[in-house]
Amino acid sequence: MTPILQMQDITKTFPGVRALSNVNLSVAEGEIHAICGENGAGKSTLMKVLSGVYPHGSYEGEILYDGKPARFRDIRDSEHAGIVIIHQELALVPLLSVAENLFLGNEVAKGGVINWPLAYQKTEALLKKVGLTEAPTTRVEKLGVGKQQLVEIAKALAKNVRLLILDEPTAALQENDSQKLLDLMLELKGQGVTQIIISHKLNEIRRVADRVTVIRDGSTVSTLDRSEITEDRIIRDMVGRDMAHRYPDRTPKIGEVLMEVKSWSVMHPEQPRQVIRDVSLNVRKGEIVGIAGLMGSGRTEFAMSLFGRSYGRDIKGEVTLAGAKPDLSTVSKAIDAGLAYVTEDRKALGLILDEPILRNISLANLEGVASGAVLSRGREQQVAEKYRKAMNIRTPTVFQRVVNLSGGNQQKVVLSKWLFTDPKVLILDEPTRGIDVGAKFEIYNIMNELAGQGHGVVMISSEMPELLGMCDRIYVMNEGRIAGELTQAEASQERIMALILQDGMKREAAA
Amino acid sequence: MSTAETNKPATGIGAHLGSHLRENGMMLALIAIVLFFFIIVRAVQGVDFLSAQNITNLFLQNSYVIIMALGMLLVIVAGHIDLSVGSVAAFTGAVASMLLVRMDLPVLLVIPMVLVVGGLIGAAQGYWIAYWRIPSFIVTLAGMLVFRGLTLWLLGGQNIGPFERSFQALSTGFIPDLFGADKPNYTALILVAVAAAAIVWAGIRGRAREAEFGIAPEPSGFFWARNAVVVIALLFVGWKLASFRGLPNVLLIMSVLIVLYAFFTESTTTGRRIYALGGNEKAAKLSGIKTERLVFFTFVNMGVLASLAGMIVTARLNSATPKAGVGFELDVIAAVFIGGASMAGGSGRIIGVVVGALIMGVMNNGMSIMGIGIDYQQVIKGLVLLAAVIFDVYNKNKQG
Repeated sequence: MTPILQMQDITKTFPGVRALSNVNLSVAEGEIHAICGENGAGKSTLMKVLSGVYPHGSYEGEILYDGKPARFRDIRDSEHAGIVIIHQELALVPLLSVAENLFLGNEVAKGGVINWPLAYQKTEALLKKVGLTEAPTTRVEKLGVGKQQLVEIAKALAKNVRLLILDEPTAALQENDSQKLLDLMLELKGQGVTQIIISHKLNEIRRVADRVTVIRDGSTVSTLDRSEITEDRIIRDMVGRDMAHRYPDRTPKIGEVLMEVKSWSVMHPEQPRQVIRDVSLNVRKGEIVGIAGLMGSGRTEFAMSLFGRSYGRDIKGEVTLAGAKPDLSTVSKAIDAGLAYVTEDRKALGLILDEPILRNISLANLEGVASGAVLSRGREQQVAEKYRKAMNIRTPTVFQRVVNLSGGNQQKVVLSKWLFTDPKVLILDEPTRGIDVGAKFEIYNIMNELAGQGHGVVMISSEMPELLGMCDRIYVMNEGRIAGELTQAEASQERIMALILQDGMKREAAA
Repeated sequence: MSTAETNKPATGIGAHLGSHLRENGMMLALIAIVLFFFIIVRAVQGVDFLSAQNITNLFLQNSYVIIMALGMLLVIVAGHIDLSVGSVAAFTGAVASMLLVRMDLPVLLVIPMVLVVGGLIGAAQGYWIAYWRIPSFIVTLAGMLVFRGLTLWLLGGQNIGPFERSFQALSTGFIPDLFGADKPNYTALILVAVAAAAIVWAGIRGRAREAEFGIAPEPSGFFWARNAVVVIALLFVGWKLASFRGLPNVLLIMSVLIVLYAFFTESTTTGRRIYALGGNEKAAKLSGIKTERLVFFTFVNMGVLASLAGMIVTARLNSATPKAGVGFELDVIAAVFIGGASMAGGSGRIIGVVVGALIMGVMNNGMSIMGIGIDYQQVIKGLVLLAAVIFDVYNKNKQG
C-alpha cells in the first residue's frame, strides 16, 4: 500500500490556542480512511490545513501528496491536485439547477460561453455515477438533503477527484439515505477514489472504513486497522478513558400520568394533507419516553404543533397536563402551562448565537430575572452562573457569546434556558445531534437527573441505540401516526423497525 | 472549532477598552471632531465654534434627527428599516399646520392629535410588515412616496404658517428662568448640574450593584475618567446655554426621550425581547416571544416619534412646507449605523445612536460655518458613514 497522502508533524496555532500539535496522518491510495475525535479535537482544522484553507506557511509540518511535498495556497490549489472536501453544510446554490451547480466555477464553456448541451450530457453521466436519475435542469432546492449530498459528490467527481474528504456526510441524513451514501462510498473506492470520512457514527465507520485515525485534543492518538476497529476501542481513544457504560445508570421512579395527549391531528401548514393523525400518548412523572421513527415520520411536527401551535393548522386533539386542561394556543401559554421544547436545530431555532450565554438562558423566562418590566442584570447573571455550574457549561464567563461554544456546551445553554422556565414536561428533539461522545454522556446525565426530580421527559431521536439506552418507554411513529408502543424490556432495534414496516404495509393494504 | 473554552477571562483596562472599543471610540471621535472644528473655525474664520449661540443652534438643528434615530434604532435592532420617516414627518407637520391654522384648534389639543396620527401611520405600515411579512424596505418605500404625495395634496403646494407662539415654542422656545435673573440663567444651570449629578450617581449605583452580584466592574480609574469627561462637557454646555438664552425646550424633550429609550432598551423585558427578535427571530418565537406584536410596536413607536419630529421641524420653520423632511430618513439611518447598530439586527445602543447623530450634526454645522460647499459636505459625510461601519466590521472580525 503506497500512501497517497502523508501529513507529518502538523502543528497549527491560533492566537492563544494550539489547535493541532504534531499530528500525523497517513492515507493509503484507494482506501477509505476514517477520522474520529470529539468536537473540538482538531479534525476540521486538520482538513482545512490539507485543503489549503489555511495556506502553506500558516502551519508547521509537511504534507506529502503522491510522495511529493505539497504547498497549497488556497482551495483552488488543492482541488487542482484532486483533493476535494465536502463540508457538513452543503455548498450548493438552491435556486440553480443541478447542472449549473455541478460545474459552478468550472463551467463547460469556451470563451465564457456555456455549452449547455455538452454540460447536460456530462451532468447526466455524473449523476448516473452517484445513482441519481434526476434531470440536469432540476433545481437543487427540489431535492431532499440526501440527494443534495449525492449532488455534492457528483460535483467532486466533476473535478476529477482523487482524494475525497467527507465531513460528517450523514449527519443530516435519515437511515436509508445514509446507507445509500455509504454504498456509494464503497463503490467509489472500487473505482480507485481515496476517501477520508469524518464521522461521529461508529457503526458507519465500521461499515466502510479500512483504517481509523483517532484525534484527541489536537494530537493523533492512534491509527487502527480494520480488524482493530471496535466501538469500545474508538470511544476509549476518543475520550481518553474507558467508558464502560455509554448510557448512565438510573433507577426510574415513575409516578402518575403527568401529560396525556389524545387524538392529536394536524394539517400541513400549506398543503391540504394531514401530517399528524390521531396521535395519543402519555408521559408519567419521572419517566423518560422516547419517540422513534424515520425522518419525516412527523415526530418534530407533532412536538412543535403541541408546543404553542408552532407548526401546522387545524390542530385538533386534547391535552391534559398535571390534571388541568391547559391552553396551549401560543408558545408563551405553553411555557406557562409547564411545557418546554428543545428544538432539533439549536443554531437556527434554539439560540441567539451573537448574544452571550446569560442572555440566552434568561430569554424564555425574562420575568424570572425582572421586577415588573425592569430587568435585574445581577439576578440574570446569578441565574446564568447557577446553570453554568449545574450543567458544567465550559466557558470562561457567562458573558461569552454562544457562537464561540462547542455543540455540547451550546446544547447545555439551551437546556438551561428551558429548565429556567420550570417546566413539568420537557420535549427534547434530537438532543445529542452533532455532539461528541463525552458531551452526550453529560446530556444523558442531565436527562436522568430531570426525570429523577419528577419531570416528564420526552426524547425524540433518530439514533435507536440512544433511545433504547435511555428510555423507559418508546413510542414508534410512522407517517404521522403512532405505529406502536414498546416498554424498555420489549424494545429493540428490530422491534422498532418491524413496527415501522408493518405500519407501512398496513397502510398500503388499506389504500 | 471552538477556542473559547481555553481562553482565560479577560480582565484589566486593556481588555475593557477592547470590549468597549466601539462606544469609547465614538465618544472620543466626537470630542476630537468638536475640538478640530473649534481650532480650525477660530483660525480660519475667527469665530468661536463653541459659542453659546452655536451650541444652541446645534441642538435646535439636530434634535429631530436624534429623536427619530431613537425610534429607528428599535426598528433596525428588530431587523427592519423605515424609509418613510422623512415623508411622515412632513405629512404630520402639514396635518399639524392644518389643524392649527385652518381649523384654529388649540395647541395642547393638536400636539396629542398629531402624535396619534403618527402612531396610526406607523400602525398602517407595521401591520403589513409584522403580520403579512412584507419586507419593511418595500412597505416603507411605498410609505415614503405615499406620505410625500399626501403632504403635497394636503398643502396644495403651498406653505402654511405662521403659528402662534405656543406652538413655535416646541422648537425655538426656551425654558423660562424661574429665578427671574437675566443672565446667567439659573434654572438652566441647576437643571444641568442635577443631570450631571444624576449621571454620576446612577453610575456609582450601577457599579455598587455589579460588585454586589460579583460582576467584574469597569476599572475604577477608567470609570472616573469617563464620568469626569461627561460631567465637564455637560457643565460646559450648560454654562454656555445659561449665559445665552437658557435651555431650549427641545433639548429638554430630547434628553428625557434619550433617558427613557436608553432605559427601555437596556433594562426592560420588552426592550430585551426586541434585541432577541433581531438576533434570531425563530428562536425568539420558540421562546414564547410575540415577535409580530413587537415588530408592529416598533413601527407604531417610529411613527409617533416621526410625528413629534415633524412638529418640531414645522415649528422651527414656522410653516409647513411640501419639501420639509426631504432626505431626513438618510440622516437618521446614517446616525444609527454610525452609532454601531448592525444591518442584520440584534445590536446597537441608544448612547451610540445619540453620539452618531451628534457626530453627523457637528460635522454639518462645522462644515457650514467653514463655508464648505454642500457638494464636499455630502462626500465627507458619506465617507464618515462608510469608515464607521468598516471600523465595526474590522473589529468584529478581529474578535472572531
